[in-house]
This record gives sequence, C-alpha cells and structure tokens, in this order.
Amino acid sequence: VAEQIDWRKARVRSTRDLTPDIRLFEIDPLASFVVPTPGSHINVMVQIKGRPDVRSYSAVGPCTDGVYRIAVKLLADSRGGSKYMWSLNPGAQLTISTPGNHFELSRGRPEYILLAGGIGITPIYTMTLALAQERANFRLLYACRRRPDLAFADELKAHIGDRLHTFIDAEGDRIDLDAEFARLVPGGELYVCGPIGMLEAAKRHWQQSGRPIDQLRFETFGNSGRFASEPFKVKIPRLGREIDVPVGQTMLEALEAADVDMIFDCRRGECGLCALPILETEGVVDHRDVFFSEEEKAANTKLCTCVSRVVGGSITIDTADRVA
Amino acid sequence: VTEAKPFAENAWYAAAWSHEIKHELTPRTICGKDVVLYRRSDGRVAALEDACWHRLLPLSLGHLKNDEVVCGYHGLVFNSAGRCTYMPAQKTINPSACVHAYPIAERHRLVWVWPGDPSLADPEKIADFHWNDGTEWVGEGGTFYSLKCDYRLVIDNLMDLTHEAYVHVGSIGDETITSAPFDVTHTDRTATVTRWMIDIDPPPFWAKQIGRPGRVDRWQIIYFQVPSVIVGDVGVALTGTGAPQGNRSQGVNGAFLAAITPETERTCHYHWNFVRTFKKDDQQLTRDIQRAHVSNGQGVYDQDKAILEAQQRAIDKNPRLPFYNLNIDAGALWVRRLIDRLVANESGPEVHVPGQAAE
Repeated sequence: VAEQIDWRKARVRSTRDLTPDIRLFEIDPLASFVVPTPGSHINVMVQIKGRPDVRSYSAVGPCTDGVYRIAVKLLADSRGGSKYMWSLNPGAQLTISTPGNHFELSRGRPEYILLAGGIGITPIYTMTLALAQERANFRLLYACRRRPDLAFADELKAHIGDRLHTFIDAEGDRIDLDAEFARLVPGGELYVCGPIGMLEAAKRHWQQSGRPIDQLRFETFGNSGRFASEPFKVKIPRLGREIDVPVGQTMLEALEAADVDMIFDCRRGECGLCALPILETEGVVDHRDVFFSEEEKAANTKLCTCVSRVVGGSITIDTADRVA
Repeated sequence: VTEAKPFAENAWYAAAWSHEIKHELTPRTICGKDVVLYRRSDGRVAALEDACWHRLLPLSLGHLKNDEVVCGYHGLVFNSAGRCTYMPAQKTINPSACVHAYPIAERHRLVWVWPGDPSLADPEKIADFHWNDGTEWVGEGGTFYSLKCDYRLVIDNLMDLTHEAYVHVGSIGDETITSAPFDVTHTDRTATVTRWMIDIDPPPFWAKQIGRPGRVDRWQIIYFQVPSVIVGDVGVALTGTGAPQGNRSQGVNGAFLAAITPETERTCHYHWNFVRTFKKDDQQLTRDIQRAHVSNGQGVYDQDKAILEAQQRAIDKNPRLPFYNLNIDAGALWVRRLIDRLVANESGPEVHVPGQAAE
C-alpha cells in the first residue's frame, strides 16, 4: 500500500541524449539494487538554487541488469529539477530512492492499449518491453509534437515492430481515440501517460465508450497544462496578502514560502487536500490536477494549488485560517 | 546485515481448501503478507492485500458488495483487481488508489496464492499434487491453520520418518524404521527419501489395511517439491511378491500429502491429507483415517503438532543454539538447501561496489 521512501547513494554511470531535449541517465546504485517493476518511478534528490528538493522520474527499462535508468526532459519553464539533472556528468553522486509504483501494469489482460504523449513515453516504454516479453496482445500509440521528439523510436521499432503507431502533431497526425477504443476487446485496458490534454481526452472518450473506468490506468506528475506556465499573483483578502508565483515555482510552494499554512499530501494533483476556494480570477485558471472532474473544473470554484496555475493575471483565493 | 527470510516469495503456496472459500471475506496471512480471499460470483477466487489503501484498516473487516470489497471504515470500494472504484465525497478516483491483487489459482482441490512478483506467476509452476484431486486416490484431509512453528520444522518432520517409532508408537510407529537403510536423491526442485523395510511384521495400522496374515515389505518414498509440498508414497505388500521391484499388486498403497505454507517466519498453515488406492468406496474408512490423523488431540498429526510447537518454543527460548544433524536428516538438509537457493535467487543481481563501503 503505502510507499516507504528509502534513500540510497548512487552515481551517474553515463548519459545519452535521446532527443534534443530528452536525456537518458544510467545510474549505478551504490547499495543494493531493487528491480523496478513497469510503471514505477525513482525519487531523486535534486538541488534547486542550493536547496534540496525531490523529483520523481519513471524507471526506464530494461530494469533487471542492476542499473537504474531515467529519462529527463529539459523544460524551459521548469521549476529547476530538469536543469539540475542536465548539469550532472558521469561520475556525479546522487541520492535516490528505491523504486515505488503508482502505475502498476496488470498482467494477463486480453488486450492493452498503451498511450503516450511526449516525455510520457518513459513509463510506457518500460511497460511496452514487459508486454512484448510476455507476448501480450497490445499496441502502442505514441504522439509527439515534432518528429525529432520521438525518444526511443528505434528501440521500440526493433522490439515491437508494427505494434508501434506514431503520431506527429506537426505533420497533422491525430489519434482517433473512438476507433481505437472501439476495437479494444472487452476487458482490455488502457494505460496513459502524457500531457493533461491527452489524458482528459482519453478519459472522456473512454467514458463515452461505456468501458469500466478502473480499466483506464494513468499517471500524472501534474506538470503540464493547457497553457505554458507564466508568473501570476495570488491575492488572499482574509490574510491581507498578495503573493507572486514565479514560473519556476508552484502556487503551493509560493504560499508555503510566504508562510501561508497549508495542508497537502501528494503534491501531484491527485488527492485534493491542498485545494482552496477561488473568490475571483483575472485571467484563466489552468487546472492541471486529476482530482476535480471536468464539470468541477469548468465551475471554477476551487483549484489544486500543488499543480494548477493562472494565466493572464491573478487569482483571489480564500484559506482555511480563522481567528480563534 | 539482516538474515534472509526463510521462505521464497516467488512461489505458489496453498492458502485454503477450495471448498472453504465462499462468497465471503476470509483473511489469511501468507509469507507474512495479509491477504483477504473471496470467491467471485463467476466462481473465481480473488486475493487482495488485506489493508485499505486509505487508512490500512483490514479490508476483511468490511463486506462484499457483489464482487467488490467495501472497506468497513470509510466505504472505499475495491474490485477484485485491487482497484478503487469508489471514494467518498469526490467526483474522481485517485489513480494511485490500489491494493495489491495477488495471483491466484485453484488446482488439486486447493487455492494457491503467489506472494511474490506477479509477472512470474505461472500456474504451471504449481507443484504436482494430483494425489489430492479426489479421483485416482481418495481421502479427506484438513489444515492446521496458524500452526505455531516455522514451516521448515514440518518439512523436517515429514522428510524423516524415524520419528514414527517414538512419536507414533502403537499406530504406524515401528522400531524397524530406525534400523532400515535409506537412500536420498535430489534434483534442483525436488528431493526424495526412499526407505524399504523388507520382511517385517506390519505395524498395527498396516496389518489392518492389508487384511491378510504374514510378513510384509514396507516402503516409504517421500517426495518433496519446492517450495514446500510433500507426497509420501507409503504402503506394505506381502513379502516376496516383488514390491521392491515394482509389483505392488499384493499390497496396499497410501500417500500422505502435505502443502505447508509459511504464515509468518514462526507459524505456518499445514494442509494435509492421507489418500489411498485401496477400498476407495469405503467412506467409513475415509472418516476413520481422517480421525486417525486429527481427532481432538489424539491423532498422529495431533502428536506431531505437539512436538513441532514445543520444538519452536525451545528454539525461541534459545535462538543462538545451533541444530546438530544426524545421518537421518539428509533428506531435510537437501530440502533446506533447495529452499535456501530459491531465496538467494530472489535477492536480485549482486551490485559491485567499487572501492568504498555502501551506506
């Protein structure tokens, strides 16, 4: 059930650029190795402006040779984790966790669709290798903005041949989700990792297809929205405060840094504990969580501060503080 | 340095008799893992981690709603794949909300659970236990659930039957066991102890079963399969009629069956049976044999239980004292070596740590 974080020393063995902005890291554990299962992630202690922080990266297969692999996309508007990772050279010391898994691959299903967008390929790639090894019935739908962004394309081609279907946005390719779901056999499962827009579309079409919702599996690290990240202002009349949220920080982090008392748990838009009421917005709320339903997001009465942002201005919120 | 666990996790273990698992929540601990078992309406058995994802309350304290488990605390619902299908007071379901669903198979009238990595759980790896199918061989057994000893002590007990002469005097015990030579062989997944007692007076139980006067050749061929299944081919035939050469037509043949499942490192579930190929339609004999093994503390297995639990208590009091081994322990020692190798193979690839100590 619960994940126990067990920190271990490790060292970067090698790096290799898979695309212009995705770098593969091979990491040697300096203590015992725990085999990552498909869908698992490794937490990495990163340094951001001299302060330690934690980032999660999906384990990339093959997983059984005693080496951990992760792939990190360098994000222009990142909070600093990817920039730190890209500063590491072979030999660099790291502190990492043993693998945890929030996105387990179930075995023995009659058919699978794996759906990946961009850097979302990382857990899906590992699942692909596992399903190919089991000779499972599956297909991989892999979408990217531009052709050079297709990480692992050669490896995938070699492992799974025509089970791989790529879709290049810039070349006008679109995935016909209705048709894909329609030809999935009953009991077949869908595994999705990609930007929030892809996930929401997949959820919508899956629901419309009448399939059981528990057979759609997904993972999100809550770092993509409908809009690019930009700075915005948070106003809290109850506390008489105005707090700036820069590009490289989440709203929750900015509130914490300003000593606003917050409760939270997952910090990736799943649990809903850090949600606060919206009193007013100038601009648009970019809901990046998976906690609220589409209707709730449209109603715009609350937002998950750990992942969601505002574009084009400011937001006025309330907090749970009361005078004793 | 922590000591390796005494059991392999990537293996099938008997969790219950098939007839015991109904459309109701049955908690059971297997290899230290708390599991809740139930039979779905399509007849298949489900095995979930027995702890709610939310606050760890055992799901076995909740209830079944159709084929899903409702937690008895806040009403979260999990389906038989272990996935949450309902969370209170929210419109969506947290995608991380799962409990582990253990691979499960029913075979040989038992329910088998795989506590380890599900991707390795191939039902073809279930030990051959066809003696328990209730067709070619007949008999009704039972289970000592939560027997208070390390499961390997039960294996030791069954791999060496010289104890019969002392623990089971008056039924199957006989002094000749202690003087008959025996042979031990093994593969990487099995170990076999073979003992023939030629031209002896049959002990009381067997004298009654063969139903003819005269001396007999008695055999005990004990066959272990990893991780912890034992089939003891036992019987007697009139001496000089060729039983050692393979002709058992002038004898009676039975088999004691054991599927021993670690519950914790110091307790186990001992599924047992005694089956036979003679007088197969005699249901009174089936009941008599069952009672001869377990009956209000008077059966031969009740005698073993008392010994095994006393042995474990002694080990617990003197954890540093080593076991010493005798010639008779060869079968048990081969079994322990096979188990140790299974466990060692599960600890993953060795990591080379160059030049410095790992933390």
